[in-house]
Amino acid sequence: MVTSSSVSQTQLISHLLRRAGFGGTREEIDSFVKIGYEATVDHLLDPPTVESMPQDIIRRYHVDQSDLRIQPATGSNWIYRMVTTTAPLQEKIALFWHRVFATGQTKLIQGKVIMTQLQMFRDLGLGNYRDLLLGLSRDPAMLMWLDNQDNHNGAINENYGREILELFSMGVGNYTEKDIYECSRAFTGWTIANEPYNAQKMRNNTARPYGYIGWQFRYDDSDHDHGDKEFLGEKGDLNGEDIVDIICKQRATARFIARHLYHAFVSDELPVPQWPHIGPRDPEAIEIMADAYFKSGYSIGEMLRATFNSDFFKAEAARNARIKSPVEVVVGSLRLAGGYEWPTWDVYDANASCGFMGQSLLAPPSVEGWQGGEDWVSTGSMMQRVNYASKVLGDAERPGVRTMVEELSREVKPGNAAALVDACLERLGYLELEAATRQEIVDFAADQVGGLSGSAGESKNFAAERVVVSILQLAVATREFQMA
Amino acid sequence: MAEKRDKVLVVIQLSGGNDYLNCVVPYENGHYKDARPNLKITDDRVIPLDNGLGLNPGMGPVKDLYDRGKVAIMHGIGYPEPNRSHFRSMDIWHTAEPTKVGDKGWLGQAVQELDPNGENVVTAVNFSNGLPRALAAPGVPVASVGDLNNYGLLTGIDGQQQREKALSTFNRIYSPAIGSGAVMDYLGKTGQDALRGAEILSTAPGKYHSNVEYPDNPFASSLKGVAQVHMADLGTRVFYTQYGSFDTHADEVKTQERLWHHISDSLAAFYQDLEEAGRSEEVMVLMFSEFGRRVKDNGTGTDHGSGGVSFLVGDQVKGGHYNEYPEIETSALVEGDLRFNNDFRGLYTDILEDWLSVDAKPIVQGQYEKNRPFVGSTN
Repeated sequence: MVTSSSVSQTQLISHLLRRAGFGGTREEIDSFVKIGYEATVDHLLDPPTVESMPQDIIRRYHVDQSDLRIQPATGSNWIYRMVTTTAPLQEKIALFWHRVFATGQTKLIQGKVIMTQLQMFRDLGLGNYRDLLLGLSRDPAMLMWLDNQDNHNGAINENYGREILELFSMGVGNYTEKDIYECSRAFTGWTIANEPYNAQKMRNNTARPYGYIGWQFRYDDSDHDHGDKEFLGEKGDLNGEDIVDIICKQRATARFIARHLYHAFVSDELPVPQWPHIGPRDPEAIEIMADAYFKSGYSIGEMLRATFNSDFFKAEAARNARIKSPVEVVVGSLRLAGGYEWPTWDVYDANASCGFMGQSLLAPPSVEGWQGGEDWVSTGSMMQRVNYASKVLGDAERPGVRTMVEELSREVKPGNAAALVDACLERLGYLELEAATRQEIVDFAADQVGGLSGSAGESKNFAAERVVVSILQLAVATREFQMA
Repeated sequence: MAEKRDKVLVVIQLSGGNDYLNCVVPYENGHYKDARPNLKITDDRVIPLDNGLGLNPGMGPVKDLYDRGKVAIMHGIGYPEPNRSHFRSMDIWHTAEPTKVGDKGWLGQAVQELDPNGENVVTAVNFSNGLPRALAAPGVPVASVGDLNNYGLLTGIDGQQQREKALSTFNRIYSPAIGSGAVMDYLGKTGQDALRGAEILSTAPGKYHSNVEYPDNPFASSLKGVAQVHMADLGTRVFYTQYGSFDTHADEVKTQERLWHHISDSLAAFYQDLEEAGRSEEVMVLMFSEFGRRVKDNGTGTDHGSGGVSFLVGDQVKGGHYNEYPEIETSALVEGDLRFNNDFRGLYTDILEDWLSVDAKPIVQGQYEKNRPFVGSTN
């Protein structure tokens, strides 16, 4: 049992797994407690294995996930990965960058290029930010999403030049309109290969305007503006690489990325459009993260290591202080309940549910991604969140739930309601409830146990299992379960 | 005499891009025939209307309502610099913000005006899963109902008695007395609103008595649900439904006709239901789509276009044509699409000001020419 006076290792490690992953099962948490907190941080940042359900198996069951043309295919494919991966932080960081560098399938029509972009986020997302920003600037999905193929020498399209500064690196207030223009000039000639062919395809076939295959980046020097430019005070025949170098050197960049990381991994921040006007919740934390950025040579992983090992991350005020995103609700529930040993049509329901709760993967509402925080919660989405979690954790056919029910139904006996509820909470990844919430569920459990004697016709064991299932369902219907 | 009741808006969103030319068909127009060698609707199949125009063969019941003067056809509707992405264009219709990405829905803002203190959690009811952005606005509760007969919280708990007890526990653990901090309070209020909304809505089917038979198609249950909730007098002012997909890149003729059969048959039953209950006067239906489709067909279908058609249907609607049908001649087209001549924000202004009686300007952000399509609205 955890003590109430101080935060236990178990509580801290459950907290870490909710943030750096999708929450842990009791077994996972217990095994990490044995190796200790800092070793767990290392394990998450540098996982010994990176395995998930193999693509060839998935594609054998779901032809559409080879084609990856429409959202149910791409979104579900990612859900498989998040539910079954042994490297949850890799998926969490891909989700993080997908939110910051929000790219939507709807404009691009084909999904393969965004899946390729997401793989880049997995590969580079915890590494050097310079590599990542360069990768992003050369990413075909991003180029098309923000129209950089239309950014020509002598005919500037500012879309990418503006957003790389406003949304992807520094935030409003740290550069001028002139910098945007010069930045855009530096990215002229950064395009995708074979654009005329793609344009022809688009006219011929709007269902697959860019064909079936992923696109490639191409640098067209003949379309690049080689004139002198001045960007953030630096002059010369600047190209895109130079712009990225200059951006990465800025303290503003480090702070902006730190604030995003804080929002995703520590505590809910204000919506991004308010950041230029209102400072961060915890300025000291932002400086600690920014210092880690420079000390490590722009490493995102080191920013996170500094965060996870910091006092502000472990503080009581930070624990269970973030509203879970829809994907966290869905994937977290599924990882607890199990049942993804083989491909299952259930994955489409999981993907659609994320959309019903307001987070349709690969289809962010705008270039600004999802705001998160209280934006996730409305009466409609609340009902979806509660019903989804209680449906999944109420399905005793799922192996994880099956195990819980078999073990816990032995505890269903008169006078044992409090212990029964606590045992349920433990198996839900050491879910912590407010005392009054817990008491209400204990009362509910006592009433259910008391009602058992009258349940003629049902086998006693089956009735006991139903009691356990209903406690699990109610526990994940709480406000506390909505938080991470 | 019927008592004076609050006016109610029912939206039917035609998702995917309803092809204007094969919906309200200029079947006598030579340019139409030229542009649609493979999928024109011919004289023998079209439902003739007037002015050289006809309706899609799937729209028979709409024609009946039109003949009774209950259908206003809003021609050439759209917005400047059309966007041909479903998602973005739908967003523009939802937020009434064509130039920048808006975050507040036009109807969400209307509901804010209708019920400023959020006293009634079912002022807006959406019949689908997930929240359409049209209804999104800070602090506006919206009930999103998949199936009215199985709507509620904790529907995964099997035993009825067990579920009732769980719901009463749910109510207590979401109460303001428990929990600390603004976020927990917000979650608590939202959870209790959701529970209250479900409780209120669950009373509707029981109060509903009608002899009208709705057709057996996937859309009918949405409009039947609207009728049930409306007649239960729960104070709902805005209903939202959607049907599709009208994204007919291929196999358009069969698909569009089938979808319109489903919608028209359902709409006819809904209208009859309201009339028989003496409740048709306060209800008005808006049907819209995010865009029309390319003028020239692609063989078996049509691609994304611009310039479309919307409909208003209701007892208090002045039936007929509003605005001109855009020119179909090739030289008059914009990038192969119809040129819109009727800004949708004008239609929104009609609905907001003259139907729901809320100030339209802050929502559509400006002044747009109205169509004045309601009985009693002056030209």
